[in-house]
Amino acid sequence: MVSHRHPNSLEEALETLKNEPCHIVGGGSDLWVKNRSWANTPPAFKKTLLYLAHLESLKGIRKTDDSLIIGAMTPYETILNHPETPALLKACLYELASPAIRHVATLAGNIANASPAADAVLVLIALDATLEIQNHAFKRTVKVKDLIEGPGKTSLESRDLITSIRIPRRTFTHQTYKKVGGRKADAISKVAFAGGAVIKDGTVKHLSLALGAVNATVVRDEGVEKPYINQPLSKLKSEKEAFKKALSSSINPIDDQRSNALYRKKVALNMINRFIESL
Amino acid sequence: MNNVTFTLNGKKTTLSIDPSKRFLDVLRNDLNLKGPKEGCGEGECGACAVLIDGDIVNTCILPAANVEGKNVTTIEGFAHTKKYAVIKEAFKETGGVQCGFCTPGMIIATESLLNKNPSPSDEAIRIGLSGNLCRCTGYELIIKAVKRAAKRGEGLW
Repeated sequence: MVSHRHPNSLEEALETLKNEPCHIVGGGSDLWVKNRSWANTPPAFKKTLLYLAHLESLKGIRKTDDSLIIGAMTPYETILNHPETPALLKACLYELASPAIRHVATLAGNIANASPAADAVLVLIALDATLEIQNHAFKRTVKVKDLIEGPGKTSLESRDLITSIRIPRRTFTHQTYKKVGGRKADAISKVAFAGGAVIKDGTVKHLSLALGAVNATVVRDEGVEKPYINQPLSKLKSEKEAFKKALSSSINPIDDQRSNALYRKKVALNMINRFIESL
Repeated sequence: MNNVTFTLNGKKTTLSIDPSKRFLDVLRNDLNLKGPKEGCGEGECGACAVLIDGDIVNTCILPAANVEGKNVTTIEGFAHTKKYAVIKEAFKETGGVQCGFCTPGMIIATESLLNKNPSPSDEAIRIGLSGNLCRCTGYELIIKAVKRAAKRGEGLW
């Protein structure tokens, strides 16, 4: 039988992580599906369970001059209803799962599970979000994009804990979030898109596009975006096909029970096309 | 962690259970509360929903450990309230109940929604109920029921 830890503080949680490998439990809404057992039997976990959803020090949303900082254990519904939450993230959370899951599920869980279809992750990557990660010895900051290495794989070590998510404050002049799923709520994406841009006096000041469920990790290529920044919007518009082609090589979806590669790729490219046309 | 303590339908409850147990199993098997149902078992249908501190939560994917210190209301507890009486009548009158399997979850979703938004638009109702599946009514009758409950229960929420 596995052990259960219900720490009273962040320090106690970090101490536990130092001493033994744990499943870190926030809302549990993903872990309890993945490790599901027969009805009326506890799920089949093999590691100590470290419950953190009750820790107030890991909850809440605060604003600094340049960022919004979201505590790792803040449920989606709280983020969705917060006045400072970026519109692009709100648009995503609005369609993510359902109220009954949004009341418990967290951004940190969505990130750490590292599903290629994780909806909030692609938005965080489009928003250039970073994570504060702590262990018993030190703190560090990592870009969300750099943390996720593959399906279910991150660079987190067993003693690490994501304590907060930092989103740079930026007002987009144009933004789009689009998810294609089998149902409006509680759907795992077939393909998802997040795009944000700042266009000022016909010049592209900022551009970020991210696609989910079309590769092992979220597709965002700053190298493709960069040549269009501080350039006239007309350049991006006239080179739209080349832009799509440059991203196309990273769009390598799979066939699975939810969709197929051909459809996903076609839709992904259409979403990029539509976003550029909307600018 | 050996015990889980929470308030269940107004009564302080301490259970000596495996804290990783699904809270749905605790409700149905340890506490014999059969109102919350197991539909999909993976958070997609809402038949297992209860109110936790007034908000709808799916219990089939909720570790029992996470209700520590919380206020839990199941359909059995909610059934003693005035708000329930209003919602029940509205569901009955509009035909919002057919086989009844989804109904406890639908009523919990209605209560959670009206708690936050006492006069919801059609769109808000659809979002409020979006995590609850019904295979009988086609939803329109349920949406009608929620609207009727909100109107008739004005001032209750």
